Amino acid sequence: MIPELGHVALIIAFVLAIGLAVVPMWGAARRDVAAMNMAPSLAVGVTVFVAVAFALLAVSFLQDDFSVAVVAANSNSLLPPIFKFSALWGNHEGSLLLWVLILSGWMTAVATFSRGLPLVMVARVLSVMGMVAVGFLAFSLLTSNPFERLLPNTPLDGNDLNPLLQDPGLIIHPPLLYMGYVGLSVPFAFAIAALMGGRLDASWARWSRPWTNVAWGFLSLGIMLGSWWAYYELGWGGWWFWDPVENASFMPWLMGTALVHSLAATEKRGVFRSWTVLLAIFAFSLSLLGTFLVRSGVLTSVHAFAADPERGLFILIFLALVVGGSLLLYALRAPSVASRVNYSGVSRESLLMINNLVFTVSTIVVLLGTLFPLIMDAFSLGKYSVGPPYFNAVFVPLMALVMPFMAVGPLSRWREDTTRRWLHELLVPGLGVLVVAIVLAFLGSDDFNLWIALAVLLAGWVALGVVKDLWRRIATGVDGGLTWRRLTPSFLGMTLAHLGFAAVVLGAVVVTQENEERDLRMAVGDVETLGAYRFELMSLGQQAGPNYLADQAVFEVRRDQELIAVLVPEKRRYSASGQIMTEAAIDARLWRDLYIALGEPIGEQAWAVRLQYKPMVRWLWLGALMIGLGALVTAFDRRYRSQRSNVPAAQQGVAAVAG
Amino acid sequence: MHPVRKQRLILVSLMVVLSSAAIGLVAFALRDNINLFYPPADVVAGKAPTDRSIRLGGMVVEGSIERSETDLDTTFWVTDYEASVPVRFSGILPDLFAEGEGVVAEGTLDESGMLLATQVLAKHDENYMPPEVAAALEGKTAPQGQPVLP
Repeated sequence: MIPELGHVALIIAFVLAIGLAVVPMWGAARRDVAAMNMAPSLAVGVTVFVAVAFALLAVSFLQDDFSVAVVAANSNSLLPPIFKFSALWGNHEGSLLLWVLILSGWMTAVATFSRGLPLVMVARVLSVMGMVAVGFLAFSLLTSNPFERLLPNTPLDGNDLNPLLQDPGLIIHPPLLYMGYVGLSVPFAFAIAALMGGRLDASWARWSRPWTNVAWGFLSLGIMLGSWWAYYELGWGGWWFWDPVENASFMPWLMGTALVHSLAATEKRGVFRSWTVLLAIFAFSLSLLGTFLVRSGVLTSVHAFAADPERGLFILIFLALVVGGSLLLYALRAPSVASRVNYSGVSRESLLMINNLVFTVSTIVVLLGTLFPLIMDAFSLGKYSVGPPYFNAVFVPLMALVMPFMAVGPLSRWREDTTRRWLHELLVPGLGVLVVAIVLAFLGSDDFNLWIALAVLLAGWVALGVVKDLWRRIATGVDGGLTWRRLTPSFLGMTLAHLGFAAVVLGAVVVTQENEERDLRMAVGDVETLGAYRFELMSLGQQAGPNYLADQAVFEVRRDQELIAVLVPEKRRYSASGQIMTEAAIDARLWRDLYIALGEPIGEQAWAVRLQYKPMVRWLWLGALMIGLGALVTAFDRRYRSQRSNVPAAQQGVAAVAG
Repeated sequence: MHPVRKQRLILVSLMVVLSSAAIGLVAFALRDNINLFYPPADVVAGKAPTDRSIRLGGMVVEGSIERSETDLDTTFWVTDYEASVPVRFSGILPDLFAEGEGVVAEGTLDESGMLLATQVLAKHDENYMPPEVAAALEGKTAPQGQPVLP
């Protein structure tokens, strides 16, 4: 009974979503206030029914109702309850339901926090989001119904959740990532609504900006968690694989990065308007493309679920409709909203433009590498794969290119600035950073490491610009005293995010350059030394978990005779599926990780073992955390709050529609 | 020149320079870093290049995995039920690597026709099959009993 109720709730949500997609849009066209006023209620209605469907599916999982196909395929009575719950989104059907739930969550958030916006804008934004919801609810109901039953052949027990997914990281990684992915539909909806109304001004940018920042922040956090999860759970200590599905989430992030910066220029100075709209459309389109890549099964990837081509076709058509429709609208309306604001070549606008160029080009090269195998295959030109060397060769130089400008950006002035002032601000401290970079690169390893020197130089340079800007803002109090008044949330968030970016670059380069890794055979009593660390295999044993049996190896790690850590890597065999899983043991510190993973047994009393020393690998995730949190902090800025009681703006909006 | 035009000119030239640099980089990076996929039948027929890295995909032949007792060397045969190719790999194999399962190995062919793999990818869950492997096996069914080693 419960699954049927869930199915009905999902159908009701679908009907309400159609209402949301049609009625307020019609109302906006006819200036029918009553119809437009229905938008928030319809959005909340969709949310409620999707949430009910989601909750009922969760109940089916928690109650081990194996007559439901997804439960039978992805859960097991032995599974710990928390994983029974997260198993809901560890499969295609359930994760799609999560997608829709989060989309409707964003709709409700927009409906709640946009009361001060012109009614016509709210109606159009929610209506556009309703259209997206219609597409995904139809996708869920028609091709991937999560409530499908296995009657009368109900299995006695379920197939179990893939052991890779039985992990706390997986409980939060997909929801956070989806918050970001789906959140990009909000700036998209704002962009489309603005195009329809022909009203792309500073206030539009100010409405759209906090949503964009928050969505982009969640996307950053989701990507960070995915990288961290892959690092410890896939077992082999890599943190970024340029896997097509990683790219699928990374491309919207890159586009989103450009969008966040371009919106800043549009809000403050009214420039780049049509470009910002285009970026918003592309960022969300890339989210959809990512969904298509992941869900269609066209890719070889750890994220691909066994999928049927019908689903891929559905998303591809949906993607074509969204991209085609919005680009058509853009082509029809964008020229009328082009900006006529001047700025000099040496100004903050120009620096933001460089940011936009670099991040757009980065998106394109990543897109090219990701789609190249698919395109070649589609035209029967051979089965290719494009690996990390390609992505590293094109992506790293692009990031290195943007960093010199990053330090100048926060210090620069809008409209017109001088290079003399930039030099005056940054030349001396910049030389200091250069010296530090060279010294550190000599200290870090036996001989001079150019890459580390460059990374320290660039990261230090970025940090320098940020700190200088921070100081400039603090040290303007009366009588040379300090003041905190100018530290607005949006400034602090930007500072945090830029410092985070520097930390990511530093971590990525150092761990890539100075990583030490050894695969070898070890028996009890064997000793291996990696850098300053001495790994000794003390004993082998077995341990039973709730739904698995584990082989364990106990390692003692010493440095100068002092015991640093006892690490116990495991090899688990999950009883329901018989699947084998590597559970790495990690001693994590700010400056280095020690990482041990078991391969397979060799002979009687020995194992293949991978030992790794990974300096500064934590900086990657700490940096990404700073980026994500920084973006979230910006949304608390006062100027976004005050807009809500902005009545004249609302009247203006109606007038704009009328005209 | 009109300041707006001048500004546009700078913008356009910047875009041209940056995108040509990017295209150059892409072309350069693609030249060496793409791998073609070959099923075992093509490799045995001599269709695969020997001077560069390729990807080989198929099923691991039952009973063909030989592990060294002293180090991490492993050899196994990969088949598409038409032909089989030996693969040598030194390192830690993925968890779901097993006889009778789908696998993709990346590496270069030596003179004897053995693939010296630098990376071995297995499927990541029970039901999933890498699309290349699925395509390579399409229309070919496993013969009764074990595939015979050449």
